[in-house]
Amino acid sequence: MEVSYKIKEPFTDKILLVFIYIFLAAVLIVILYPLIYIVSSSFSSPLAVMSGRVWLWPVEPTIKGYTAVLSNPRIWTGYGNSLFYTAAGSFISVSLTIAIAYPLSKKTFYGRGPIMYLLIITMIFSGGLIPFYMTVKQLGLVDTRWALLLPQAIAVWQLFIAKTFFQETIPSELNEAAEIDGCSDIRFLLSMVLPLSKPIIAVLVLMYAVASWNAYFDALIFLRDSALYPLQIILRDILIQNTVDQTMMVDARTMEARQGMKDLLKFSLIVVSSLPVLIIYPFVQKYFVKGVMIGSLKG
Amino acid sequence: MAHYSQTAAQTNALDRLVTNKVPRGAFKKIRRHWQLYILISAPLLYFILFKYVPMLGVQIAFKDLNAMDGIWGSPWAGFKHFQTFFEHPNFWNLIRNTLVISLYSLIVGFPAPIILAIALNELKNGVFKRAVQLITYAPYFISTVVMASMIILFLSPRIGLIDHIRTAFGFESINFIAKPSMFSSIFVLSDVWQFMGYGAIIYIAALAGVNTQLYEAAKIDGASRLQKIIHIDLPSILPIMVLLLVLNMGQLLNVGFEKVYLLQNPLNVGTSEIISTYVYKIGLVQANYSFSAAVGLFNSFINLLLVLVANFTARRVTGSGLF
Repeated sequence: MEVSYKIKEPFTDKILLVFIYIFLAAVLIVILYPLIYIVSSSFSSPLAVMSGRVWLWPVEPTIKGYTAVLSNPRIWTGYGNSLFYTAAGSFISVSLTIAIAYPLSKKTFYGRGPIMYLLIITMIFSGGLIPFYMTVKQLGLVDTRWALLLPQAIAVWQLFIAKTFFQETIPSELNEAAEIDGCSDIRFLLSMVLPLSKPIIAVLVLMYAVASWNAYFDALIFLRDSALYPLQIILRDILIQNTVDQTMMVDARTMEARQGMKDLLKFSLIVVSSLPVLIIYPFVQKYFVKGVMIGSLKG
Repeated sequence: MAHYSQTAAQTNALDRLVTNKVPRGAFKKIRRHWQLYILISAPLLYFILFKYVPMLGVQIAFKDLNAMDGIWGSPWAGFKHFQTFFEHPNFWNLIRNTLVISLYSLIVGFPAPIILAIALNELKNGVFKRAVQLITYAPYFISTVVMASMIILFLSPRIGLIDHIRTAFGFESINFIAKPSMFSSIFVLSDVWQFMGYGAIIYIAALAGVNTQLYEAAKIDGASRLQKIIHIDLPSILPIMVLLLVLNMGQLLNVGFEKVYLLQNPLNVGTSEIISTYVYKIGLVQANYSFSAAVGLFNSFINLLLVLVANFTARRVTGSGLF
């Protein structure tokens, strides 16, 4: 007779598993539904949005919201500015982060301990908002593009991720061999370390880029000139403070149509502004996971 | 030792390899790797300029700042601004609002990713598991401004989704965002919605690293699924839980300024005014630098104290802390 060596799963385990599936399905719906609702609303007619007839799919589909959003010059300026801040900011941030993380990843680097202490102190204590603002002001950065590129250039957490990565993946023997062959430190970094570190550079670029695309606080406190505003500040004006240009309302004659248009605009704007991040998200998701995991290895 | 014809630098390097001798003296070590010191100077300058100079700037909290004399020249005022703050009619209200929001966040927001990670860990790899992972951490990428406007849109009495559901079931319509009593729940639950999936990544990674022999041994001993979770899963993610808890404790009074500020309106300001929004309004909007810096410093100081206490406790209880 055949004997099954498989241990039978107890009945209570099966119940628990069913509960887990129900729980996760509920989580999935709660997270997904608002996202679908926003996209569907953005493609619906103003009146359908206003009267609350949108539940899951677009009602009386139009692209009116999008044409209104895209015909607004402020949004284009904001988009352009944000692209610039994101590109330039990530470049500066990643360069500076590598420039400090690489030397600190070498155990023989003289002064490593004290510098690490200096960094950890900045994680647990800060001067606060006002002294920070006054410093940036004294440096003459207020109301210039530099105000969004420099003051928050290095994130200590990202720095530690990069340092851990260098420490674990660049064997010190490699460095010693290169040193014997007369390779300078800078050259070793550029032609050996960086090509070996493509995954971590991708992680850093993405983390900095997403943070800078989504940031609004620095722009709020440092910028007065509206020509320099990033997209998020313009979003705040329209989405939260409800200031909508009359130019975006050309089609809407009646009071009701106006209100509907205002609401529709918000949904379209949310989609338009989140588009760059959402398009790249499925492709870069694994890098984010990697970044979090390296960060968790060692502080 | 064999002798080769070699340059001084090569001798040096070989020497170090063979005898493990490090060149003595700080100057020698720095000269050897001078390029690295050039490299690190720019980021170090960044930390000095944007982190340490502002720390020196906290002295304005003890001064009466005037534009003529600047930070260093203004006359000392002692603890005057702190006293004004402690005696301010709004003081206890600010502290209470800040603590309510942050403790609520901690109690609800901290376990949520852990529960999600453990639930996901019970599933076999498949489409459903991957879909849940992909979708639960998508909201992390939504900007704070968009998140706040989504909250306002969904909660608004006229076009809001929540309101539609309520009225569909015959309840009266409520303007949630204008209700002071609802503010902390709105803040915390939307945070859970946005960050639960992202927060779970770290625990999922830790659970994936658990030795499978442990599960097999438990299975042979007749452990149920729940027992495996309690006796294998939880202890294996405990170090990360402690680490994150200590980090969170240090941020207790640093409730996210951005979202609170965006969700604030004149109707809910009674419960939504927290220390950081107050500092911003008094300091940068009303240009009352010294007083506002004092409030900010008080905040930083309490945070520092909390992180030290949390770290000490974590060390005592679990034997591992952050530092």
